[in-house]
Amino acid sequence: MSHFVTTAEKPALPRPVDPSERGVAGWLRRHLFSSWSSTAITLIMLLLLGKLAWLFLDWAVFRAVWSVPSAPSPDTQACRTADAGACWALIREKYRFILFGLYPYAEQWRAALSVLIFISLYPLSADRRLWGWKLVMLWVAGLATVFVLMYGGVMGLAYVPEDQWGGLPVTLMLATFGIALALPLAVVVALGRSSANPTVRTMCVIYVELIRGIPLISVLFMASVMFPLFLPDGMNFSKLLRAQLGIVLFMGAYLSETIRGGLQAVPAGQSEAAQSLGLGYWKTMYFVVMPQALTLVLPPIISLCIGLFKSTSLVMIIGIFDLLNAGKRAIAEPAWQGFGAEAYIFVGAIYFAFCFSMARFGAGLEKRLRRDR
Amino acid sequence: MSGQRAVCNTPRRSVEPNGWRGLRRVTALSRSTEAGDMKYTSRDVVSSIVIQMLLIMAVGGVGWFLVATTLGNLESRGVSTGFAFLWRIVSMPIANSWIEFIPGVHTYARALLIGLLNTLTVSGAVIVVCTIVGAFIGIARLSPNLLLAKSCGAYVEAVRNVPVLLQLVFWYQLILQLPAPRAAFKLAEGFFISNRGIRYPSFGDGTAVGIAGLTLLVVIIAFIFAAGLQRKGKIRFGRLLSLPIFLVLAICLPVAAVLLSGQATVPDVPVLKGLNFRGGATLTPELSALVIGLSIYTSAFVAEIVRAGILGVPSGQREAAMALGLGPLVTLRKVIIPQALRIIIPPLSSEYLGVIKNSSLAVAVGYPDLFAIVNSMISDTGQAVEGVTIIILAFLTISLAVSALMNWYNRSVALVTR
Repeated sequence: MSHFVTTAEKPALPRPVDPSERGVAGWLRRHLFSSWSSTAITLIMLLLLGKLAWLFLDWAVFRAVWSVPSAPSPDTQACRTADAGACWALIREKYRFILFGLYPYAEQWRAALSVLIFISLYPLSADRRLWGWKLVMLWVAGLATVFVLMYGGVMGLAYVPEDQWGGLPVTLMLATFGIALALPLAVVVALGRSSANPTVRTMCVIYVELIRGIPLISVLFMASVMFPLFLPDGMNFSKLLRAQLGIVLFMGAYLSETIRGGLQAVPAGQSEAAQSLGLGYWKTMYFVVMPQALTLVLPPIISLCIGLFKSTSLVMIIGIFDLLNAGKRAIAEPAWQGFGAEAYIFVGAIYFAFCFSMARFGAGLEKRLRRDR
Repeated sequence: MSGQRAVCNTPRRSVEPNGWRGLRRVTALSRSTEAGDMKYTSRDVVSSIVIQMLLIMAVGGVGWFLVATTLGNLESRGVSTGFAFLWRIVSMPIANSWIEFIPGVHTYARALLIGLLNTLTVSGAVIVVCTIVGAFIGIARLSPNLLLAKSCGAYVEAVRNVPVLLQLVFWYQLILQLPAPRAAFKLAEGFFISNRGIRYPSFGDGTAVGIAGLTLLVVIIAFIFAAGLQRKGKIRFGRLLSLPIFLVLAICLPVAAVLLSGQATVPDVPVLKGLNFRGGATLTPELSALVIGLSIYTSAFVAEIVRAGILGVPSGQREAAMALGLGPLVTLRKVIIPQALRIIIPPLSSEYLGVIKNSSLAVAVGYPDLFAIVNSMISDTGQAVEGVTIIILAFLTISLAVSALMNWYNRSVALVTR
């Protein structure tokens, strides 16, 4: 090992931080200018970030066009001049279309209310005191209200068919039902895959590995193209429902693998103890093993939820009017052609808000679970 | 590690259900009853057989029903079944292709081959770019310099919380919004970016590049092979197997091969003539957007994997290396990275599998990858079942090949224990 041992004298290690080096100057020196290389990195980064920030601000704020004459039809000449920056007028004109799609304009308060119900249910689900049947009842009530609001046809609300739904409510619905229905499926498949019954195990393995081996878009494609072929004539589901089914099947495979990981991590003594108390298989699983397994894998499940929320945008490819598709259609109009970036930044900000808050919640939960243990 | 994505690195081996012995009763048939183990009653065995028979019958019945209705539906729609359509002539043009494709002359089989090659192209390019960018960002997030660390953190958070499809269409839209070729941005000498994509210098018809690439591949494989032999203790190469010698060979041999082959060695540099470029080669807007978008998105996840890997190496290792008098670079290369790789490789391989699956989003920007070609093939011929079969087989094959490769690499970096 003489090869790795130096014989030259090494320079002395840097002095420990002087306790007198407190305050802003000390903080700056420690974190930004601790050495020559660190100072160089700081300067280069400042230059780079400054340049980027200037370019962005110049485009998005200083040279931006905030409104254009809209009557009788939008006149976007102001956005098309050589020194025009971002055309935020597009968002001003189109935000309701991007958010709610083709939902009848006068009825869009119903879609907005549905979105609000979803948004208020999410933080409630994050509250650990409510976990249990209470939360399930809350969700059932909330989702029932959403369906009444979106469909209408009762209580004096006009009927709005499914193919007019669009934008954020559709995205939230696909994501919420995707998780809610995939979770029970995944629990069953995870149990099946760790079961000793060879037939059950083989079927679960085939399902999980097949789905995990192919892209989500091909699952969605199958759901939209193949599904009608599988069913006898006259029996058919709507396009949205088929996409939802595809998402549930896809999510179920990934979730089941995560849950199986949790099942593996529950000590064997737990189920043995339950068995010695005289509990049968299903009771052991329901009261003893599953609660522990699910708690263990909550953080990765939340990561999967974030992934699913983002993946719902793929339904755009099979022609469903979700948030991303609404953003894309908003700029397809001749008047607005060529202003894509603004619409996508707006849509991206909405996705970011949802995913980032889920990620923060997940990180907090992970920390708390680690502390509890 | 806080990877937010569908990380599929849970172990694949089938599991004993946590010592839940009651379950074993149902497999009494396949297991010999050992002394001291639970006694199986004949009632359990019979119920296990009955359950499995019922299950198989139920699945078979549903399967038969689905196949029967599908066949009936296909017949009533006048769609023939089977793969004979592969030899039919295609009339649609394909924009990006490595091999010649003439609409009206070539067949669906050739179109599918082009799609497969395009899928592999995109996946390969993205895997290389996202690994390099991701490794840098991941290491930079651990920098003691707070400005660098925080800006890389912001990059990761911003990128991974926005859908990849949105990012793809965003970059595609941005490239289409760029000025026309006559006002193209010059990135470097001979590199232009405009709304027609990225124009770059090329070498003849690509044969020279192909020869150089092939030689490089041979050099790399030879080195890996030699390293394997040395590790097994069969041959000692000593200093011959060092990084400088590898770099010299990796640069000189491809150049020599190209010179010997007598192919064009003068780069064909694009120049602006009138309204468009002459010479050089083009990375189309579709391919550029796809590679840029997928690389940026995946790099955020790779960065998190790399960061978690480096953080996973106990700090005592670095301290011990420094106590031995090793410099920071040697410490990184000989102590930190080999141990970090063990943590990094498994999640990284599932990330690579994700890239291959995500490359099917090419259909959203109009790049003819395998999925896009099958998609238009199905709308032309109506042979949905065959198309979906092709997709599933192709993606499963690629995924299995990549997992096999990564598993092989993983074994070579894994901890060797007695």
